[in-house]
Amino acid sequence: MARLKLATVWLGGCSGCHMSFLDLDEWLIDLAQLADIVFTPIMDRKVYPENVDAVLVEGAIANEDHFEFIQDVRERSKLLISFGDCAVTGNVTAFRNPLGSALPVLERSYLELPDLDPHLPVEPGIVPRLLERVVPVHAVVKVDAYLPGCPPPPDRIRLALETLVAGKPLELHGKDIKFG
Amino acid sequence: MSVTTLTIDGKLISASQDETILDAARGAGIQIPTLCYVDGLSAHGGCRLCLVEIGGSSRLQPACFMKVAEGMVVQTDTEKLREYRKMIVELLFAEGNHVCSICVANGNCELQTQAMDVGMDHERLDYTYPQRQVDLSHERFGIDHNRCILCTRCVRACDELEGAHTWDVAGRGSNSKVVTDLNQPWGDSPTCTSCGKCFMACPTGAIFKQGATVAEMDHHRAKLEFLVNAREKKQWHV
Amino acid sequence: MELSDLHDIAARERANRPPVEIRCCSAAGCVSSNSPAVLEELRGAVQSAGLQDRVKVAAVGCMRLCCQGPLVQTVPDGALYQKVTPESAPSIIAGLQGGQVTAERCDAAAPFFTQQASVVLENSGKIEPERIEAYIAVEGYHALHHVLREMTPAEVIQTITRSGLRGRGGAGYPTGVKWATVAKNPGERKYVVCNADEGDPGAFMNRSVLESDPHRVLEGMAIAGYAVGASQGYIYCRGEYPLAIERLQKAIKQANQRGLLGTDIFASPFDFRIDIRIGAGAFVCGEETALMASIMGGRGTPTPRPPYPAEKGLWEMPTLLNNVETFANVAAIIRRGPEWFAGIGTERSKGTKVFCLTGKVVNTGLVEVPLGTPLRRIVEDIGGGAPDGGTIKAVQTGGPSGGCIPAEFLDTPVDYESLAKLGSIMGSGGMIVMDQTTNMVDVARYFMEFCMDESCGKCVPCRAGTVQLHRLLSRILAAEAGPEDMQRLEALCQMVRDTSLCGLGQTAPNPTLSTIHYFRAEYEALLQKAGPGQRRRLPLVAATDNSR
Repeated sequence: MARLKLATVWLGGCSGCHMSFLDLDEWLIDLAQLADIVFTPIMDRKVYPENVDAVLVEGAIANEDHFEFIQDVRERSKLLISFGDCAVTGNVTAFRNPLGSALPVLERSYLELPDLDPHLPVEPGIVPRLLERVVPVHAVVKVDAYLPGCPPPPDRIRLALETLVAGKPLELHGKDIKFG
Repeated sequence: MSVTTLTIDGKLISASQDETILDAARGAGIQIPTLCYVDGLSAHGGCRLCLVEIGGSSRLQPACFMKVAEGMVVQTDTEKLREYRKMIVELLFAEGNHVCSICVANGNCELQTQAMDVGMDHERLDYTYPQRQVDLSHERFGIDHNRCILCTRCVRACDELEGAHTWDVAGRGSNSKVVTDLNQPWGDSPTCTSCGKCFMACPTGAIFKQGATVAEMDHHRAKLEFLVNAREKKQWHV
Repeated sequence: MELSDLHDIAARERANRPPVEIRCCSAAGCVSSNSPAVLEELRGAVQSAGLQDRVKVAAVGCMRLCCQGPLVQTVPDGALYQKVTPESAPSIIAGLQGGQVTAERCDAAAPFFTQQASVVLENSGKIEPERIEAYIAVEGYHALHHVLREMTPAEVIQTITRSGLRGRGGAGYPTGVKWATVAKNPGERKYVVCNADEGDPGAFMNRSVLESDPHRVLEGMAIAGYAVGASQGYIYCRGEYPLAIERLQKAIKQANQRGLLGTDIFASPFDFRIDIRIGAGAFVCGEETALMASIMGGRGTPTPRPPYPAEKGLWEMPTLLNNVETFANVAAIIRRGPEWFAGIGTERSKGTKVFCLTGKVVNTGLVEVPLGTPLRRIVEDIGGGAPDGGTIKAVQTGGPSGGCIPAEFLDTPVDYESLAKLGSIMGSGGMIVMDQTTNMVDVARYFMEFCMDESCGKCVPCRAGTVQLHRLLSRILAAEAGPEDMQRLEALCQMVRDTSLCGLGQTAPNPTLSTIHYFRAEYEALLQKAGPGQRRRLPLVAATDNSR
């Protein structure tokens, strides 16, 4: 049987989901026997590869880079799994949405609070522009399965990965879909 | 009080005539999901989670309101009802600003539990991200309207158990909100007795104890139950 | 007060009537197009021509052709004038003395008038609504006298049952059955409530009746009170109808003064008092349980039924709730007999119905026709069809609870069952005509917005579901939706319909469902226009463009 080509992606989130993933500790060694991790923020690879079997996407779509990148991820992956509450619901990343746009947050952070040289960061091509509204991943591309939690606890991640490695459809129930 | 016989989910059960379908089902060990209903408070019929199918009627009826009747055939868990309940919970998540991970009630929230029970692993509808306020003017409690699901449990607990009727609902439709007195800051309320029954009744983290942080809050719902039993049945079991 | 007193009043009224009467509409439609000034000018012209003894200027109720108001009619010759202005009004008086009339003539023999019936509106536009004598002169309160003196409550209910009258608020529940249920349910007190919280967009039937012939409604309520054993009545009228409320107040005061309401009516042991309750602007208060909550001083939100008001209504007592138009039929049925009434209409829908014809149609206004009249006769013969050579595309009936009937079904008879079969409802009588320029998705969105704004917020599906439905419809209309949005729209419509607490939510999806049913192609075209992937182009404008 061909080894699963697995990727993880980090968008608008705190990386807590990835920390929880790393909390799988020695099971990660077992995972390395079962799957090839072809792309992840914890390895140094710049371009998302083709023909990924499954990808866990952490974080909401919060800026233009996320928006562009997730299209590539979607195109090049067979199964896309929203990984953690930010990807699934927008969660904390979407906290600014009730304010109506991204501007109040930028103004608070870059104009009101700094002691020196308050200005909004504008570096086209370097600093991605924020989206007016943060949206969950499935609002932008088709999502095949959901792995909620903030972060999803390691055993829940393990259950999901074992299901994927076994080639079974991923659908979680009960306490395994608890938000928060 | 005469006794009637009815069928709930294929199970033949007897119930006294003045019981609701919800009472009768619970008596027979059949769980019907509820959110706005609280034992000891009047039924509200707003959350629609307890809707059941009644044989011979095309209209779904709230189990918390509908009285049993002889020969009634009730279905509480059909595919249609499951799908509708899931949509109700999704509607609730979409209309407020519910962020479980940073909520005082995380792990102790009935909305969160309902989401698990109905199998909601993501939101299929648009989040509306309403702009809502937080009132921290009361010295012991606070209300975060972002987390309010308008179940009116606080309104009924305050009116029916405490007798103060500090809480009520103002506005309409998606602009509805619970208010203290005449929409004054809670801390300025001359009628609030600070008894905390609203806090005990609240199913989410909307009404909370000041100083409680994420996932730290317990509503002490048992205390409310104790009060109801003491008042109605003259039982003081702690 | 005795029957002979009624006859005396009627005789005096007739004896004092001058040979010529100039009737000027004083209902809200014409008032808004300046009829009070017209009335003033007419009176002034009569004075200055010295015709006071020969000509009477009467402020009457609605003459139906609202789009051409203010309307003025001279009696007995029946000449009708439209769009009368304060400038052209005096010429009508001059015309009585052979002068030239510059006021615009309106053809009183046009199909708009001749094809109509007159039961509910029999006095509308003919008598002065603010004078009880005018009502008594047309046999007003005679039916109440007859009922109190000659009939038992059971006989009254039988008469109403035999007439086949059905509720005119929209649902068409048999009125006799409802009365009998209230009469039979035990209770130390009972109540009669008139629902005048008319609020559908484009509907003003009840307002016209209340402004044109208020005593008719009071008499119907008193008869109902006698039949069911109630001595207290309430009229719940929406606050947006100040003129109707004013006329009702006057009418109640006059009836009280004459002993036609109050205690020992017609020297019988029957007492009946009527009070007005004024709504504060919530559409949902037209729903009976919400209406009763509001009358009792509470927040106007509905409660699940059963129990029905007939069993436990106001203050937990048996309560009869009928619409204005239902009550407006009662006195006529008593006066002319149930067989006469049952002879009008169809097998299952008896009598007449008042409709408000509005929208893309030449003649807009009030239309009363026998039930079972083909829709085509209403919108084409009476209504005159679409203006400016347009073609009728659909007719919306039943307001935000109803549906759109496409033009191919124009030959459908307008009765409760036929409209229900087409996925619409009779409703309270709003009838909005749409022509080829109307976008049906926009129509659906309009009505959804109405329901969203008017939802009371008590139950989740109506409060939050209408918001989501409105978003979906807006997205489809903006050509930003995909097929999955369409599926979601339909699923959510079913859900809101099946799970909402009261009629508002349960019927809120109807305009959407009916436009999807008959005009799916318009939805498909918008989805097509969006194209695949359109939905992925979300509102992704970057905020930092606004840098400074």
